[in-house]
Amino acid sequence: MVSYIVRRLLLAALTVLAISVLSFIIIHLPPGDYVTSYISSMSASGSAVSEGEAAALREQLGLDKPITVQYMKWMVLMMQGNFGMAMEWGRPVSDVIGDRLLLTVVISVAAIIFTWAIALPIGIYSAVYRYSFLDYVFTFVGFVGLAIPGFLLALIVMYVGFAWFGANVGGLFSPDYIEAEWSWAKVWDLTKHLPIPAVVLGVSGTAQLIRIMRSNLLDELRKPYVTTARARGLPEYRVILRYPVRVALNPFVSTIGYLLPYVVSGSIIVSLVLSLPTVGPLLLKALIAQDMFLAGTIVLLLGVLTVIGTFISDLLLMWVDPRIRLGRQ
Amino acid sequence: MTERIVAPDAVVPDGGGQAEQRVAVATQWQLMWWRFRKHKLAVGGTLVLVAFYVVSLFADFFAYVDPQASDAQRSLMAPQQIHWFDDGRFSPYVYALQGTRDPTTFKRVYVPDTSRKIPITLFGRGEPYAFLGFIPMDRHLFAVEGANAGETLFLLGTDMQGRDLWSRLMHATRTSMTIGLVSVALSLVLGVVLGGVSGYFGGIIDTVIQRIIEILRSIPTIPLWMGLAAALPSDWSVIQVYFAITIIISLIGWTELARVVRGRFISLKEEDFVMAAELVGCSKARIIFRHMVPSFVSHIIAATTLAIPAIIISETSLSFLGLGLRPPAISWGVLLQDAQNIQALVISPWLLIPSLAVIVAVLAFNFMGDGIRDAADPYL
Repeated sequence: MVSYIVRRLLLAALTVLAISVLSFIIIHLPPGDYVTSYISSMSASGSAVSEGEAAALREQLGLDKPITVQYMKWMVLMMQGNFGMAMEWGRPVSDVIGDRLLLTVVISVAAIIFTWAIALPIGIYSAVYRYSFLDYVFTFVGFVGLAIPGFLLALIVMYVGFAWFGANVGGLFSPDYIEAEWSWAKVWDLTKHLPIPAVVLGVSGTAQLIRIMRSNLLDELRKPYVTTARARGLPEYRVILRYPVRVALNPFVSTIGYLLPYVVSGSIIVSLVLSLPTVGPLLLKALIAQDMFLAGTIVLLLGVLTVIGTFISDLLLMWVDPRIRLGRQ
Repeated sequence: MTERIVAPDAVVPDGGGQAEQRVAVATQWQLMWWRFRKHKLAVGGTLVLVAFYVVSLFADFFAYVDPQASDAQRSLMAPQQIHWFDDGRFSPYVYALQGTRDPTTFKRVYVPDTSRKIPITLFGRGEPYAFLGFIPMDRHLFAVEGANAGETLFLLGTDMQGRDLWSRLMHATRTSMTIGLVSVALSLVLGVVLGGVSGYFGGIIDTVIQRIIEILRSIPTIPLWMGLAAALPSDWSVIQVYFAITIIISLIGWTELARVVRGRFISLKEEDFVMAAELVGCSKARIIFRHMVPSFVSHIIAATTLAIPAIIISETSLSFLGLGLRPPAISWGVLLQDAQNIQALVISPWLLIPSLAVIVAVLAFNFMGDGIRDAADPYL
């Protein structure tokens, strides 16, 4: 068990390292360095940056040093929580990102909870009543769910909401709460707005999970121990829920590791269509304005959060799967 | 799918001796083809894809006007209704449209002018173009031959700039469907080489490659793609951006293919026929390419087919955000950019039509891929 945790932790650390290098590359890809683009954006907005200030900035960021040193310096700054300045806003990056990161997490987690809550019962049903009418319906819906990219589904939902119900279904808060301080009322308002983004984000993942659950459970249901349980006169729901479902759950849990990056990824683009106040719209704006510092920071933070989430799912897997818990592979 | 395979056109009155014989001597590909044919959805998906690629190949022929030709006088026209019969005779036509401005809302409205009919001709002459890129031609699938200048069709309506959506959709299909192929080819090379090396040699190389794959798979891809795509110089030509995007997408997309190839290598390594080949002294290269590869080519084809829809969705998403292909390039994502604004969408819902193409193409690829996979491996 300990070796499992250590291995997972090491992998997580490596992943964070890889993500940080990639984010760093993104920051450095465009021609010119951060200071030149900072100066040009400042002069575009009317305020000049003096030579001394520019030199001081370069000094602070170590832009005159070799690229590896720059990377180390940048990493140290990141660890200290000093994410630099967002040019377009003229405010620290951490200020600009603010609640958005938290809301990204909230939406992603909501989408995963939705995915699970739907996929588990449907997967079980489809396996137990294989080739029934509803099984075909679910399979079909699952296929379509897989084929519709998240942003298209979001567009369709927005369109239907607007054209048929005359309501704007986008956003995460009612107008009254957008600028408000956090309070229970605001949290409740958020909860009321969560279902639509969660469903839009969760649909394609749900479709995949249903297929996985169905095929896993089908494999288990064929095994002799199920027949034995039935022959012993256990009620049908116990025959199914007590043993085969528990076994089939393992691969199901391990897919969270892949589901999470997928959902976080999707939330970026879905947020744009549904105008959700997550980091998605911010990332796009930063990229279009070539504010690579902000963009790189967002990519890094998203990656790190995903790694943390994946690690949590690994721990969850350990809890579900005794083979891992007891240290045998 | 564990039932016995029966050769399709064999009549089986007496125990099927003949059919059984045919199965016994059939090649692996014949067996796969017979199994694949039984999978109705897969066959349907394949036909749809063939149609899509025919459109991609002959996009200029299927389009009837220049997809870039804009005209402010024709902005946001609704799809025109085709009248199939004229006086009981089959002769499709549409009414010419009269554009006026609504005096109160200042919106452009279009009224059909029932006195002017524009006939539609199959294989009529229209805009000249280069068929297959080099044969000069001016025939299109259909055209409005002999109509007055400025009178034309709007089968799927027009966009904000008054460009014909049907013609744009045809050209977008070409871009989006080929970007899937080019990108998957790159992923395939990466996946087969790295997956093959990983599976065949095992040991430390295998561990390293597997960790790299795990790391790549746990990174949210869209933000990464967005970052890389946004860094492309804005003065690059359409072709350069096209290839840069395919490379960006395949750099991260090869992992699934590598996983499949590795799995196959590992399971085949233990097979008797590989051992036999080794014992008779075959070289490593011969074992790999002559004995192992042929037995999992079908799996690779299946995995490749299933990888294409994800690539198509990636390209569409990136272009939709304005970070992928940029106008004047036309792809499904570029077309859907016009649908970003929800108010515009409510007034002109036909801007959402390209999304149908995306969904149908992705579904078709999934069906076909599933069919191939089942046919390649009946015991899965």
